[in-house]
Amino acid sequence: MEIELLTGTTARALAFSAPLIWAAMGEIFAERSGVVNLGVEGMMILGAVAGFIVAQSSGSPWLGLLAAAGTGGLVGLFHAFAAVTLRANQYVSGLAITIFGLGLSGLVGRSWVGRPLVKPMKTLDLPLLADVPVLGPALFSGQYLLAYLALVTALVLWFVLHHTRPGLSLRTVGESPAAADTAGVSVALVRYIAVSFGGLMAGIGGAYLSLAYRPSWGEGMTNGMGWIALALAIFALWDPLRAVGAGLLFGALFTLSFRLQDRFPPELLTLLPYVFTILALILTALGRGRRAFGAPEALGEAYSRGER
Amino acid sequence: MGEERAIVGEVVEASERPSAPREIPILSMRGIDKRFPGVVANDDVGFDVLPGEVHALLGENGAGKTTLISILYGLQQPDAGEIVIDGKAVRLLNPRHAMAQGVGLVAQHFHLARRHTVAENIALGLADTPFLRPTRRLERRIAELASHYGLEVDPTARVWQLSPGEQQRVEIVKALLQGARLLILDEPTSVLTPQEAERLFGVLEQMTSEGKGVIFISHKLDEVMRVADRITVLRKGAVVGRLSAEDASPADLARLMVGDFNPPRIKEAPPGTAPVARLENVWARNHRGLPALRGVDFDIRAGEILGVAGVAGNGQAELVEVVSGLRRPDSGRFSILGRDVTELGVRALLENGVALIPEDRNRMGTVPAMSVAENLVLRQYRRAPYARRGLIDWKAVAGFAKRSIDQYEIATPSQATRARLLSGGNVQKLILARELSGEPRLVVAAHPTYGLDVGATALTHDLLLRQRERGAAVLLVSEDLDELLQLADRILVMAQGRVAGIVSASAADRERLGLLMAGSTREPQGAVA
Amino acid sequence: MLGLRFQRNPDPSPWLVLGVSIGAVAGALLVTGLLFALHGVDPLAAYATIFRKTMLDGRGFSEVVRKSIPLLLAGVGLVLAFRARFWNIGAEGQILAGAVAASGVALFVPVPAVLAVPAMFLAGFLGGAAWGFLPAILKVRLGVNEIITTLMLNYVALYIVRWLINGPWRGQSVTGFSYSDRFPAHAWLPTLGSTRLHWPTLLIGLLLAVLIAFVLFRTRLGFEIRMMGESPEAARYAGVNFLWTTVALVCVSAGAAGLAGVGEVAGIHHRLVEPNSISLGYGYTAIIVALLARGNPLAAIATALFLGTVFAAGDIMKVSLRLPSQMPSVINGLVLLFLVCSEPLLRYRLRRRARTDARAEGGARA
Repeated sequence: MEIELLTGTTARALAFSAPLIWAAMGEIFAERSGVVNLGVEGMMILGAVAGFIVAQSSGSPWLGLLAAAGTGGLVGLFHAFAAVTLRANQYVSGLAITIFGLGLSGLVGRSWVGRPLVKPMKTLDLPLLADVPVLGPALFSGQYLLAYLALVTALVLWFVLHHTRPGLSLRTVGESPAAADTAGVSVALVRYIAVSFGGLMAGIGGAYLSLAYRPSWGEGMTNGMGWIALALAIFALWDPLRAVGAGLLFGALFTLSFRLQDRFPPELLTLLPYVFTILALILTALGRGRRAFGAPEALGEAYSRGER
Repeated sequence: MGEERAIVGEVVEASERPSAPREIPILSMRGIDKRFPGVVANDDVGFDVLPGEVHALLGENGAGKTTLISILYGLQQPDAGEIVIDGKAVRLLNPRHAMAQGVGLVAQHFHLARRHTVAENIALGLADTPFLRPTRRLERRIAELASHYGLEVDPTARVWQLSPGEQQRVEIVKALLQGARLLILDEPTSVLTPQEAERLFGVLEQMTSEGKGVIFISHKLDEVMRVADRITVLRKGAVVGRLSAEDASPADLARLMVGDFNPPRIKEAPPGTAPVARLENVWARNHRGLPALRGVDFDIRAGEILGVAGVAGNGQAELVEVVSGLRRPDSGRFSILGRDVTELGVRALLENGVALIPEDRNRMGTVPAMSVAENLVLRQYRRAPYARRGLIDWKAVAGFAKRSIDQYEIATPSQATRARLLSGGNVQKLILARELSGEPRLVVAAHPTYGLDVGATALTHDLLLRQRERGAAVLLVSEDLDELLQLADRILVMAQGRVAGIVSASAADRERLGLLMAGSTREPQGAVA
Repeated sequence: MLGLRFQRNPDPSPWLVLGVSIGAVAGALLVTGLLFALHGVDPLAAYATIFRKTMLDGRGFSEVVRKSIPLLLAGVGLVLAFRARFWNIGAEGQILAGAVAASGVALFVPVPAVLAVPAMFLAGFLGGAAWGFLPAILKVRLGVNEIITTLMLNYVALYIVRWLINGPWRGQSVTGFSYSDRFPAHAWLPTLGSTRLHWPTLLIGLLLAVLIAFVLFRTRLGFEIRMMGESPEAARYAGVNFLWTTVALVCVSAGAAGLAGVGEVAGIHHRLVEPNSISLGYGYTAIIVALLARGNPLAAIATALFLGTVFAAGDIMKVSLRLPSQMPSVINGLVLLFLVCSEPLLRYRLRRRARTDARAEGGARA
């Protein structure tokens, strides 16, 4: 009985948090390169609306997914342009993207509101894995393909980040752009790629909402998820695998807030992810934590040669 | 000017001594020009490096050495001139090009990611680093190279755990593994103890014996004489001398580097005897929480300049911070005229007559975005007549600014001009005008002439000596031993956070100070001075 | 590649700054005009209509001013915070905190009727300030990034308001909706004539703009704030007490946003309502107000009025021009995007074969 509660909650947490995990993985890569992206919410919602429109028009949710990823990637490219080439304030640029994205998505999606997606993505069980006791029902059955892919992607990205040469370049660009530059790594190129990739991932997160989880389009349907994804990236201490665990925790809090709403005010559970993120920031700022786990050292700063 | 030309002509011939082997130089830089707005950084600069040679680039701060090296390493592009490597003209558009040509750089500020391991830092710059698990197999190579050259480093250590000397070894290993045949060392000894420096020179000898070339950049004469085969002297962006080390004398080099020679100033009055400030067994940590001052004891008297010498990073910076109230000691006692001020902050110490001429003029000494007038009251703004009941009296500020600009001849279009538009020398005049305005009892000067031209340096020295004559105590921290020998009454040498010794300037010489800086002989404190 | 390089422009003239700001706004309005055209509306006619119905119409103008009030209060507070390089993007949460505190006073604290409104403003100020306090302390003491903490606290505030109106403060007399009971009439702010313009809040906003300008340029505290913002190292050297100064200025900044929250609940809704109804994103738009004002509190009066016009124009566009209701958000976003992209125009001049860093050697010992 308790096992079922646990697996059920986990399954719902995964379904809920899959878009958060997608977007957070993108944010982790952007921030690991030294660029803060406060535009996640805007990228997600633009991805959601672009994905929906293309999927509805073409009848293929996969084309929709492609459109969502492409849109997110393009917006990410713009953010990279502002942050790297224009050396603009990254925080303001991200905020601009979010405000503009929320408005623009409402604008272009206006005539698509209230018409459920004709051919949405379907849930499926993973062969073999779904039959594993406990883990099967918790993580490997009844989910959308994009949720499973989020788990696989997290594993791949974790490996790329920590055990490959491009990952090393990425981390160095975020920690010490001067070191990367003198080692012959193009700081600008790495940041462009990482931030565009971050946008692409946010777009996929948005598409999960409009093509799978709630296959429809509604104005502001991301409902602050971009900000939670940002929080998640920090709470996971900029690590893709930890982002899955932290995402499941956040998801569980939301799930429980629905399940327990007769017994406990749901709002007070829903605000916990934000509180946890502040706590994570405090803990990593204390003592040795800063050196071992803190934010990438060059986070938020534009790089130019000769400024040392 | 004419005399100078003669020296140049003379030594050029000397360097082309017939016994020199007719080898193809590893590197020739020819006619390099580089201009920045308002500054000529390099003007028709040229030199070459032969295989197996240590070639020193000698010059004061701002002479154009770092720019030249940035060009050679592909970090900047020259406006004119050519770079020839192994007899072939090359264009180096970025560091990767330079590395591919066998040029390696150990910069003054290390280019290392502090959270990464040594191996990760090295792997990044290697062309043959595998895609998967980039540091695998690297640890063995690092160990082999390290034992070959005597460069011990732990490949698995995180960079932030290493001392500056160890970090420098990482940079050297990195360059060698990248296949450097020509290694550039930019002010390598500034972070080393004399012993570590000796060890470094040993490494360089090993490298040159294998036919590699070394470019050794420094502004320290003794060290250049010690390691270099040939010396190119730069001043204000131009080559003013090319000498072989055998033919060079310190006096020649100094004259070439500085231009005309400053005769030491005669101090008229003898120093007083009343101690102005006293430190007793002061312990303090640095910004990383590591012990930086370990039981510092000394006093400084009225009418005295106490010089502080030491290898960078041996507690001088923390000493300056403690004495000026920027850093609270962990334990010990700091008193001014007998009054305990250990627990007081910078503001209270200012009120107790402690002036500070900070090391970093543009980040700490001034606010570049604020006006000259505002900067002139940067530390006095709280007091009458500049402020009354929490309100700033801008008329009083303007009056003081006008007097200061006139008296110190600060070249500025107006007192409303932002400080960032002033030249380095004028920024320092502004700071001196502000700090010396209140007749301070204790003047703390941290590297006050670093990067200044000759005129501004002379003015700064003159002002410090006048403070001494007025009866103030002056604590002068400098890396320039000549400056200390010239100005100070006594010289305190710091090593590893302790006072290694205090010697009276008349009894001091470079050799003795060097030994103390190494921390090898701990003379009983107070016994000498 | 082209031999063109950006060269640092250390001292952009005030005219250039003003020109770039106006240019950014103009660019945003130009693109908006294109969007009008895409929706089949003649841009010139649309702008003419908007102008007529906001600036030339008494009632319309009163709506513009009404929407400018929270923007002015929160925006002028942000001007102060941004001056000290304290990137407070938590005005939204601080507005809500102020609204909650004022509502608490109105609903539950028995104060004499004449004192009700002053007590609410005081409570709102303190509520907002309290919401800014934690990020300020965390930044000064632990170096925790205030952008993230203030942002996170926006959502904490949002959910607390939701919890209050669904739980403990849910009105006895309301069914089906989530909001508190109506405030007693003496806790309502007076309005100007038949408009919804709660003038006491407007007055406070204008006074605050003047006061903050005075503090910044005439007082020791202002000198310290500017120093701290421009160069923390120099401020340390000058003996500025970072903790006290930061806490003081953030509390004023966040308190000002709290006052805006008071105005919304006591002047418009007369009860604690859904967070998205209390603030229509004023806290985020206030960031644009402050950025456009470029550190000048008095300029914030003009920029708040401009963005208030954009908000008010939203209703007009929807009703009279049958344009989508998202237009204001699009315009806000565009203004901000143009502002971001025009930043280099202030910091750099495009020059042939020059370079960015004029202090390669000499100068600072880094």
